[in-house]
Amino acid sequence: MKHILIISIIFASLFSKQVFASENKESEAEKPFNVKEMIMHHLKDAHDWHILDYKKSDGSEVVVSIPLPIIVFANGKLDIFMSSQFEHGKKLVDKGENKYIIHHDVIYLADENGGLKIETNGEEEKILNAKPLDFSITKNVFAMLIVSIVILWIFISVAKAYKKRPGRPKGLQALMEPLIMFVKDDIAYPNLGHKTDKFLPFLLSVFFFIFFNNLFGIIPFFPGGANVTGNIAVTMTLAIFSFLMINVNGNKHYWKHTLWMPGIPTFVRPILAVVEVMGMFVKPVALTIRLFANITAGHIIILSLVGLIFIFKSLAMAPVTFLFVIFMNVLEFLVAFLQAYVFTMLSALFIGMAVEEPEHGH
Amino acid sequence: MELVTPGIGLIFWTTIIFLILMLVLGKFAWKPINKMISDRNQSIEDALNMAEKAREEMKELKAGNEKIMAEARIERDNILKEAKELKDQIVAEAKKEAGKEVEKLKKSASMEIAAQKAAAVEEIRNQVLDLSVLVAEKVIRREVKDKNANQVLVDDILKDVKFN
Repeated sequence: MKHILIISIIFASLFSKQVFASENKESEAEKPFNVKEMIMHHLKDAHDWHILDYKKSDGSEVVVSIPLPIIVFANGKLDIFMSSQFEHGKKLVDKGENKYIIHHDVIYLADENGGLKIETNGEEEKILNAKPLDFSITKNVFAMLIVSIVILWIFISVAKAYKKRPGRPKGLQALMEPLIMFVKDDIAYPNLGHKTDKFLPFLLSVFFFIFFNNLFGIIPFFPGGANVTGNIAVTMTLAIFSFLMINVNGNKHYWKHTLWMPGIPTFVRPILAVVEVMGMFVKPVALTIRLFANITAGHIIILSLVGLIFIFKSLAMAPVTFLFVIFMNVLEFLVAFLQAYVFTMLSALFIGMAVEEPEHGH
Repeated sequence: MELVTPGIGLIFWTTIIFLILMLVLGKFAWKPINKMISDRNQSIEDALNMAEKAREEMKELKAGNEKIMAEARIERDNILKEAKELKDQIVAEAKKEAGKEVEKLKKSASMEIAAQKAAAVEEIRNQVLDLSVLVAEKVIRREVKDKNANQVLVDDILKDVKFN
């Protein structure tokens, strides 16, 4: 009963959030509702955590958002300030040598006139200003931190519970144990065998990091709502970790099979080596794109369904959208688990292939 | 296009966050949890093995019990049989003994009777002898005087004789 309540609150808020966000877009610009822009806005990273905005009775607009720290490096100078100083893109931030401007959530160095050089080419607009190196704690970084703290809290308390009660698991411990056992017995062990314990910390961390970020990505309001695992930089970083795990731990057997395949004619070997080396890099690229695309696709579908209401400008669409969004959210829940599983599974498989001891002599 | 262009900042922070997460979790969560679960699995396996062993022992014990029971039953049967035999033997012996005793008694009784009989016959014979002598004496004395007187005399004598 409690769970049903929580789920319905989540859905209700999802709905209301999308309405707020989209309504704002429509009224603010007084121009036709742009679904693409709305969707892209929700998928992309941001420098502040937008919660909602509304119009006061006097017509002035109020934006409620959590400001996040901006850390930028330009012209040999590191500048740290809060994103609220931009006042939602309206203001230039002057840090002496460097003047910063934010435009569509991208930070640029302002030119000598304190503005942007925009080159319009038909529909496309191109900004010619230089960009600083942006190491800001963005929405995704902040979300990742929150999720990491949640993961740490959950698993450290589970570990404590194990110390206190080594027998039958209870509560959170009982909830997490099947997942941990799933990763250990069904993902790690079949691929790694007796080397499971060595790679288990990495695999468990990857699994729960992706799983919890996916889950938080489904929650539409504050602690969640960031599209972390649907961001290619995040998935790429995780895939790089997998890549390093595979190739740093790869044994002689693995490298021999990659670079100088035994058991085939010598003249084919260099060709195969090229293919194998390509394969070495294709694996993490596939991991990157698979996770990114799956999560992003799910979010696009949900946002599009909500966008339907504003395209049709009819409340009659709402129940249809509502049902489809609920359906998609349930599907997303499955995908959240599935993609965490697939990423971990493939990492384990590749690592397993790299550390496998030769059983057959050739 | 921006969607598929990884940002350097996010890569940097993801790397740091994930590394720290992995190290901290590895030390404070995965290692103890994994160890506890392995230990528990081991203890469950041990317990199962022990139960299996106990069951086996139980089975053996039960089989032993049955064997002992069977032996006891055979023993009891033997004892009963022996007792019966003994009883039969005792009864038979007693019967034989009794028969002998009766025989002996009979024998001594008949011997007694025979002895008594012989004594009686002897007695009669002696009496008859005495009587005969007496009769003869009286006959001889009377004969000389009268024939009739003789006859009367004999009758008298005979009257006197009491066969007792």
